[in-house]
Amino acid sequence: MAIWFTKSRKLHHLLNNMGLFQNLKQSFLIQTLSPKSPFDNIFKNPSSILHNPMTLFSFRHFSSIKAEEQTSGYDNDENQVLDFPGGRVTFTADMRFISESSDKRTNCYCVLDDNGHPIAGSSFQEVSKEIALKMYSAMVTLQIMDTIFYEAQRQGRISFYLTTIGEEAINIASAAALTIDDVIFPQYREPGVLLWRGFTLQEFANQCFGNKADYGKGRQMPIHYGSNKLNYFTVSSPIATQLPHAVGAAYSLKMDGKNACAVTYFGDGGTSEGDFHAALNFAAVMEVPVIFFCRNNGWAISTPTSEQFRCDGAVVRGQAYGIRSIRIDGNDALAVYSAVRAAREMAIRECRPILVEALTYRAGHHSTSDDSTKYRPLDEIEHWRTRRDPVSRFRKWVESNAWWSDLAESELRSDVRKKILQAIQMAEKAEKPSLSNMFTDVYDELPSNLREQERSVRETIERHPENYPLDVPV
Amino acid sequence: MIRQPSWVGTLSGTKQIALNTNNLSLIGFGRLGLTLRPQVRSQLTYLEKKEVAARIAQITTRHELLRFEALREGLEEEMDRDPRVCVMGEDVGRYGGSYKVTKGLAPKYGDLRVLDTPIAENSFTGMAIGSAMIGLRTIIEGMNMGFLLLAFNQISNNCCMLHYTSSGQFTIPVVIRGLGGVERQLGAKHSQRLESYFQSVPGLQMVACSTPYKAKGLMKAAIRSENPVILYEHVLLYNLKERIPDEEYVLSLEEAEVVRPGEHVTILTYSWMRYMQVAKTLVNKGYDPEIIDIRSLKPFDLYTIGNSVKKTHRVLIVEECMRTGGIGASLRAAIIENFWDYLDAPIMCLSSQDVPTPYAGTLEEWTVVQPAQIVTAVEQLCSS
Repeated sequence: MAIWFTKSRKLHHLLNNMGLFQNLKQSFLIQTLSPKSPFDNIFKNPSSILHNPMTLFSFRHFSSIKAEEQTSGYDNDENQVLDFPGGRVTFTADMRFISESSDKRTNCYCVLDDNGHPIAGSSFQEVSKEIALKMYSAMVTLQIMDTIFYEAQRQGRISFYLTTIGEEAINIASAAALTIDDVIFPQYREPGVLLWRGFTLQEFANQCFGNKADYGKGRQMPIHYGSNKLNYFTVSSPIATQLPHAVGAAYSLKMDGKNACAVTYFGDGGTSEGDFHAALNFAAVMEVPVIFFCRNNGWAISTPTSEQFRCDGAVVRGQAYGIRSIRIDGNDALAVYSAVRAAREMAIRECRPILVEALTYRAGHHSTSDDSTKYRPLDEIEHWRTRRDPVSRFRKWVESNAWWSDLAESELRSDVRKKILQAIQMAEKAEKPSLSNMFTDVYDELPSNLREQERSVRETIERHPENYPLDVPV
Repeated sequence: MIRQPSWVGTLSGTKQIALNTNNLSLIGFGRLGLTLRPQVRSQLTYLEKKEVAARIAQITTRHELLRFEALREGLEEEMDRDPRVCVMGEDVGRYGGSYKVTKGLAPKYGDLRVLDTPIAENSFTGMAIGSAMIGLRTIIEGMNMGFLLLAFNQISNNCCMLHYTSSGQFTIPVVIRGLGGVERQLGAKHSQRLESYFQSVPGLQMVACSTPYKAKGLMKAAIRSENPVILYEHVLLYNLKERIPDEEYVLSLEEAEVVRPGEHVTILTYSWMRYMQVAKTLVNKGYDPEIIDIRSLKPFDLYTIGNSVKKTHRVLIVEECMRTGGIGASLRAAIIENFWDYLDAPIMCLSSQDVPTPYAGTLEEWTVVQPAQIVTAVEQLCSS
């Protein structure tokens, strides 16, 4: 049930913007720009407006643009200011274009160096041994799961797979920083978030094999996971369509006053979609608790970021929409953890959107339908896979705290590998969903036209049983 | 048929009886309105029907309003009933909507529930979908139907698909209001008829309202439905006046309505076409047309339509869609498939020309079906 705590979505930032009262009461006549004209500022007394509570909520909308007394203003530095819809601007006689790029790229927040040692002076959220080990095991599980499922696809056992190699820290650390109540709108490269929340290896395998136990009833390609129990919304293939969904979900959470936010993931390529622009704009205007997490991994299939956009990544665009943003090292699990924790707190407490850009590298191919050696050098891939691997970097930090050992590592890896192979075997042998699942769930109940179509299909199968696959129940 | 919610009654087992007359498709005793399926309705004897009608006439008070007010009334009642119901769209809040349907709702319910959005149809549709997945019941208003073309991706790929692809884990109970139609001289881009594009999308329900009574009932039914529904509202009918019951009522989303019973020819139409003053002309010429407002564009109510075809054996479809690939084209195919044996003549379909709608008034008039064409078509049908 939606129990909203405020009727007005403007409440949070009303007080911050009280200063605008005076501006709105000024004249909108454009003054001749003569320097140092001796006009007095004639302001209407704003206190009468403050005493009337209705105008408090309505001033932004219903204050009319009246042509009142002729005024012009001067700011503190004696520069001429004037009002336009949208606020006050200072005038300048100097014609200067804003540069297309700033001198320096936005700095990147990082906690651990390549050897897993915290950088001197770094501030980060402390992580307990239990959480750190859970994070590390999940990252290893994700890595092994990806490798084995990829191999399974190459062997022809599943039709498609998409790995998360190189982005394990983003997946697991961001999931660890959130609570189970936070709703996730993934793109497709975030199975780690689901893994962290408790989706079992068997459930992953079931979806990839599209068997009877799959929650999606075999209706989607592999890796299109979804679980309403774990608040992970079903992966939808089109790029960036989940961004407005997340804004809507965050809006609903805001109305309910829940201590939760919406989190949505997308890649550097997704920032080119129209939905990215509108979702960020909406989120800022509606003031909703949503975290936009951009996995800037350098490649959108074969398109490098230099051909995707000309600005400095996704982070600089945050300010253009009025959104607080940060750039972080996506291969540093502790940086991701700390940043997402802080972002979540800000998003919920201040009811605002946050943009987090995590720089990383897509060490694997885009998917099993892609061979990335065709458009990028092999040694670059190897470099990122080995020397910049987020899993080994985090391992070094965990080991430096004496929480992990080589023995534990090999035990974990063999254990996970065995479990995944078992899960695959079971999933492969399991029955496929029956024919009736083709027609259910299109609507809440089966309508007459679909019942008729199902009947027609069944009749055809009865007449030509030799054309129907043996392993799919009717 | 799509499952009816618990507030829909049937004849057996309850004391409440509903009756379908020409004006009241839905009547109820007590607090909630009920609907009666055509199959059940036909089981009432003549005397029972008279008795019910008399009782209803005693208790049913009515008030008169315009169609946009009826839509607003339906919206308001649903927003009162369920605090999860919200409205999203451009200029729906303070401004009250481009046709004043949401006027007064924002001050009453606050601007969290009646949300003004920036201009990005694809994205506020996406936003509505996301909020619906969490539990809100959102009504999306496209300022003009044509703008919903920008939302086609979200509607087709997400709104209508997510219930299926998530296997029922997530439901999307949104209502998309498409304001549109031809003959207001709004030009080609504001005269799109999207029902022909959306009719193929699986997972979607489409209804078209014409009169105030139907508008309110369908609006309420659409909001209560668990499936995504597109409600088509013709812009020329917003100022249509009618007396509607004071009692609460909800109409069925899958039923057609026999507006004028007849014997000679079945005229199937929806939305604006419903108001062609053809019936009088035809009667004067000695024909007895049965006019059916099909109301439900997806799925078609083949039960009502079929009964009519079995009676008259001649069908004329009058629609506002383009000739190619419109609602008429699909309806024609459905009737031929199901009622071929009952037809005495080929089905005639009168539709708009396959041209972008011109602005000039006379040209615009001749892109859509004119009464004279309907009369000629009926004469042709009945003479063959």
